[in-house]
Amino acid sequence: MEETLSPIIHTEGLTKCYGSKTAVSELNLDIYPGEIFGLLGPNGAGKTTTTLMLLGLSEPTSGQAWIDGKNCTREPIAIKRMVGYLPDNVGFYSDMTGRENLHFTGRLNGLPEDVIRTRAEDLLEKVGMTQAADQKTGTYSRGMKQRLGVADVLMKDPSVIIMDEPTLGIDPEGMRELMQLIRRLASEDGRTILISSHQLYQIQQICDRVGLFVEGKLVACGKIDELARSMHREGQYVLETAAFPDDAGFKELLENLGNVDSVEREGEFYVVRSRSDAKRELLRRALDAGYTLAHLRQRENDLDEIYHRYFEEAEQEHGNETGKKPGRFAAFAREKG
Amino acid sequence: MEMKLEKNQGGLLRLREKKGRGESGLSALYHKELADHIGSRRFLIVLVLIVLTSYASIYGAVSNLSDAVASDSDFIFLKLFTLSGNSIPSFTSFIALLGPFVGLTLGFDAINSERAEGTLNRLVSQPIYRDSVINGKFLAGAAIITVMVFSMGLFIGGVGLLVTGIPPSAEEIGRVLVFLVFTAVYICFWLALAILFSVLCRHAATSAMLGIGLWIFFALFMSLVATMTAGFLYPINDTATVGQVLNNYECQTAINRLSPYYLYSEAVSTIMNPNVRSTNLILPQQLSGAITGYLSLGQSILLVWPHMTGLLALTAVIFGISYIGFMRREVRSR
Repeated sequence: MEETLSPIIHTEGLTKCYGSKTAVSELNLDIYPGEIFGLLGPNGAGKTTTTLMLLGLSEPTSGQAWIDGKNCTREPIAIKRMVGYLPDNVGFYSDMTGRENLHFTGRLNGLPEDVIRTRAEDLLEKVGMTQAADQKTGTYSRGMKQRLGVADVLMKDPSVIIMDEPTLGIDPEGMRELMQLIRRLASEDGRTILISSHQLYQIQQICDRVGLFVEGKLVACGKIDELARSMHREGQYVLETAAFPDDAGFKELLENLGNVDSVEREGEFYVVRSRSDAKRELLRRALDAGYTLAHLRQRENDLDEIYHRYFEEAEQEHGNETGKKPGRFAAFAREKG
Repeated sequence: MEMKLEKNQGGLLRLREKKGRGESGLSALYHKELADHIGSRRFLIVLVLIVLTSYASIYGAVSNLSDAVASDSDFIFLKLFTLSGNSIPSFTSFIALLGPFVGLTLGFDAINSERAEGTLNRLVSQPIYRDSVINGKFLAGAAIITVMVFSMGLFIGGVGLLVTGIPPSAEEIGRVLVFLVFTAVYICFWLALAILFSVLCRHAATSAMLGIGLWIFFALFMSLVATMTAGFLYPINDTATVGQVLNNYECQTAINRLSPYYLYSEAVSTIMNPNVRSTNLILPQQLSGAITGYLSLGQSILLVWPHMTGLLALTAVIFGISYIGFMRREVRSR
């Protein structure tokens, strides 16, 4: 369904170099209206640089980006009018109250005073900050600042929201609330949300699609289960398992399953990486050898695993070849397998 | 060629937009900065300092007024500003020394505190022109300075009027107004300098130190440097000719006039003292046939017009550099 719509965010060969270092290289990205897109990658992969270029805060070395048909570099004001940006480590004027900070943002957006007042009240309610609205923001905790940040972004009623590491340093409960809030922004208000993060677990919960970023290149892009399936096509299966009695014999058994690449101990259970589906074989052999399986799970929709695989591959690729197009990555991996 | 054309179109578009909503950002920022300044403790400290020095200087001037009037009874009102008491400097020299402090205090953390607090990238992601941020800050600071300077002038004038009971003449009022304008421009120069440092330095402390360093250098050491350089370039010994002495002196003033402190002091003493006929050296031959008398206000202004232009140009250049520096700097989070 989404594919029939035209993308709201579109980049073509977006590149940014700092001196000899390439922060973002040949980025081609399409994001569709109403979806939550996760931009994933380790620190320094070029995520923040990408968001800055989308906002027109940084000029690309080459290539172009459009949001809703507007060129991000040439029409920054039009872009900033419809794109809300929540930077990581969002800061507020510490000697102003939360409400005053929101009012100020409203004024910067040229909204009429009555709209500013009512909207600020609604948003404070929405992010659950009404009680703390008249405290100075200098006294706020990190989670409170983040929630006020979301309200602040929504003051201009943006159609696109870009969030940079929104989940960093927030306690679990605050995180859950924030995730629900972000989900609602997309599903109820139909806003497009771009989240850049290195925290996979949270992203996996709310994102429709993800793009994996390594060293300035987009190495994979798509729905999480699609990525998982393509991984299976490449013959990469991951099993989690544990058995009773938990002795050295079980590990040996796992290693001898056939087509097994590696067996690692991770806390309570073993992680088995294999080139074919080893579940049936494992069940049969464990039963024969007198082991009772206490845990058996196929890791497939696990972003962690996808992430791990792609990064491994990308690093190898980086050593062998340079200047490869991201779309060809899957093909490259298959050739190798 | 094509690139140029496209850029031009972009410029046009931007211009058109500016007429629409671009200004709301500037006025919102201006008002916020103004409110910040007025509510801040720092501003209160500066205000108290200025009021105290004004009071001290007018006290000194009034206590010495009768002696001064006995020798020269013209322009008594101006003497309130220029007379120094026993060990208390005059108001004009107080301002020349402390004005920079006001400007530096209002501006030294203008940009880098925003960067440190993480509000700058939130600010520049709003639909405002980036220059509105720095323009708003400068305008708010300049407005505060102007209001402060003029209320100080009125305060001293009022007290003087009450104490001496002699109403000022129209020319005296004119001279005081020109003096106040000069003072405002002078302090705005220091504000621009402080903003420049706040753009260049990451930490507020560094930019404050740089500002204070420059202030002390201009106020105390510039004249030493000028004397030394002039002595080196045009040495004067026991057998020096008039030409050599003149050269030495001219070199000295030329170097001194690079300093805004000197420019301001020279201009103000010319404006506030109608007796001053020239800011340069005049030989006795040149004075032959001159009629003793006071200079009119227009002539005094003409005399210091280059000073005014120089101060304004310095301010504009400094602000221009900080403007370019700020526009070029990539805004990232902490």
